[in-house]
Amino acid sequence: MGRRIVIDPVTRIEGHAKISIFLNDDHSVADARFHVAEFRGFERFCEGRPLWEMPGLTARICGICPVSHLMASAKAGDAILAVKIPPAAETLRRLMNLGQIVQSHALSFFHLSGPDLLLGFDADPAGRNVFGLARANREAALRGIRLRQFGQEIIERLGGRKIHPSWCVPGGVRAALTVEGRDRIKARLPEAEEAARYALGLMKGLLDRFADEASCFGNFPTLYCGLVAPDGSWEHYDGRLRLSDAQGNILVDSPGADVYREFIAEVIQPDSYLKSPYYRPLGIPGGMYRVGPIARLNLCDRMGTPLADAELTEYRQRGGRIVSSSFWYHYARLIEILASIERIGRLIDDPDLRSDRLRAEAGINATEGVGVSEAPRGTLFHHYQVDRDGLIRSVNLIIATGQNNLAMNATVLQIARRYITGPTIPEGVLNRLEAGIRAFDPCLSCSTHALGQMPMVVRLVGPDGDVLHEERRD
Amino acid sequence: MAVTTLRLNGAMISAREGQTILEAAREAGTRIPTLCHLDGVSPVGACRLCLVEVNGRLMPSCVTKAAEEMDVRTDTEQLREYRKMIVELLFAERNHVCSVCVADGHCELQNLAEELGVDHIRFDYLAPECGVDLSHDRYGQDDNRCILCTRCVRVCDEVEGAHTWDVAGRGARSRVITDLDRPWGESSTCTSCGKCVMACPTGALFHRGASVAENVHDRAMLRFLITAREEKRWTV
Repeated sequence: MGRRIVIDPVTRIEGHAKISIFLNDDHSVADARFHVAEFRGFERFCEGRPLWEMPGLTARICGICPVSHLMASAKAGDAILAVKIPPAAETLRRLMNLGQIVQSHALSFFHLSGPDLLLGFDADPAGRNVFGLARANREAALRGIRLRQFGQEIIERLGGRKIHPSWCVPGGVRAALTVEGRDRIKARLPEAEEAARYALGLMKGLLDRFADEASCFGNFPTLYCGLVAPDGSWEHYDGRLRLSDAQGNILVDSPGADVYREFIAEVIQPDSYLKSPYYRPLGIPGGMYRVGPIARLNLCDRMGTPLADAELTEYRQRGGRIVSSSFWYHYARLIEILASIERIGRLIDDPDLRSDRLRAEAGINATEGVGVSEAPRGTLFHHYQVDRDGLIRSVNLIIATGQNNLAMNATVLQIARRYITGPTIPEGVLNRLEAGIRAFDPCLSCSTHALGQMPMVVRLVGPDGDVLHEERRD
Repeated sequence: MAVTTLRLNGAMISAREGQTILEAAREAGTRIPTLCHLDGVSPVGACRLCLVEVNGRLMPSCVTKAAEEMDVRTDTEQLREYRKMIVELLFAERNHVCSVCVADGHCELQNLAEELGVDHIRFDYLAPECGVDLSHDRYGQDDNRCILCTRCVRVCDEVEGAHTWDVAGRGARSRVITDLDRPWGESSTCTSCGKCVMACPTGALFHRGASVAENVHDRAMLRFLITAREEKRWTV
């Protein structure tokens, strides 16, 4: 064992992480690790809180995807109240979750990964950020910012605020959509759809340019996990929990999420605060699975809306029925944006959105409940146990990014092996290592508004701990 | 009725006999911050937010009777600093997390902090382990958010007449309890009237099932009940 390269922090992701590359004496890559360096402790300090506070409390886990936690938390609450929520509440929750998918995916593609994809991995790091993107391709940056803002506006119109609305509650939602809100969202739909199609056009043009990256950015067989609608179409809020193998054969197809522990186990690794879930029957590494856009697209039969279905057909023509390259997360994300916009268009005139029957009232009818929904980054589980009065006794959260943890580690190793061949590490290679992680759009639980250039220190450390080489990007 | 005259922030004002400085100041249109004070129940002078300078000395205006020759200052640099410090100490004493509190946006402690310019807490948080009681069918109690103003104790005793609430313990370990420290849901004296929840200035007492920022204390209803009682509107 010769050297260790550390990338700390990994930039343009949501949260704080670092990457370590371990080199042999001949400069070949021995191993690579992705460490999550932040600790939040939500599972512990939610204990003792009233069940009804949980959606608002767990929404604070993340400034990018608070809505995802609202959904999973409120659904766990529904299970504990043992109620069927009013149909209007489900429609409203679906609308907000679609807004969430649009805004988060737009952020990932345009703001965080756009600089790599549209300016190039080897572009000058000083301008390889959303501001550089705005200078080089004003239209792309503007459309991206407006698209994200469209998703955020849906969240704000429903929840009263863009970030951390405490709007989903056990039993339903707190408020309906106003006529003004409906008209506003409707008016913006054509522009949003155009932006999504524009982004898809860009992405398809990039697939050939980045063929090399696509071949090694987490391109390996894994299992896939996600929700699928009962009719086999793409799903984001409820439905069947499905797990398939690398060829698409279904291993698990469960009508409810409450049995997740029968097939998902978690392991804690000593060098990261991020838990690593895996498919229990196959252990590690065979039980490694991926969640999120490519998993959802691999698992579903169709998107369920015309434009997105046409895009899915083309996606599969290019990538095969089961796509295994994590670089394709970007492509899949854009198809999901389009599907979400089409679905918003279908929902927006539903009179249920303005209903005043929004909340099922009930006491504590079960002492345990699991809520599952699809966050932009993948399947999200909230599992609560409560006492007879509704005070939380235990919390288990399985976050999408955690479920991709094993795959992200494997991705870092694959990229390192492909690009690191000598003692000096070009900056573009370091960026590729980060970009491999960015493809998963990890949400490390989660600091918001972190975009653009952040400092990065890369050290080559010898076996005795001496720093042999250091590069700093301030 | 005897009338006294005193000086309030330099201006001469009059007060009726028996009026406190706080009442006289309010009638004269001068606001003094309060927290434990609740119109219609007896004052206790517990929170010290209403401190004023009377002839240079610090006095709680809610329990100090207005008197002839008083020179009262309600808004000096020193008073502002003390009030700010009191609010900070209240935050430091328990576990107040506004962003995920049921009373966020409807909280007198939060409003005061904002009004007094509290942007951080200069004292170490005590971070005590506090319990939450959800045993009552309709209401919940969270000691993490209690500031020991005893409004619940007084309103339950003096308006409802049940005296379900009381204070147990000493000093920083004091806490409000129902009956002789039985779970609220098992209280034999509680009438479930909800006046304590209406009176609570923070999220310490709340409607069971309230989510973040959803609990509104119905102060108008409480005022109506207190006024009706004082005027004996329902006496037959």
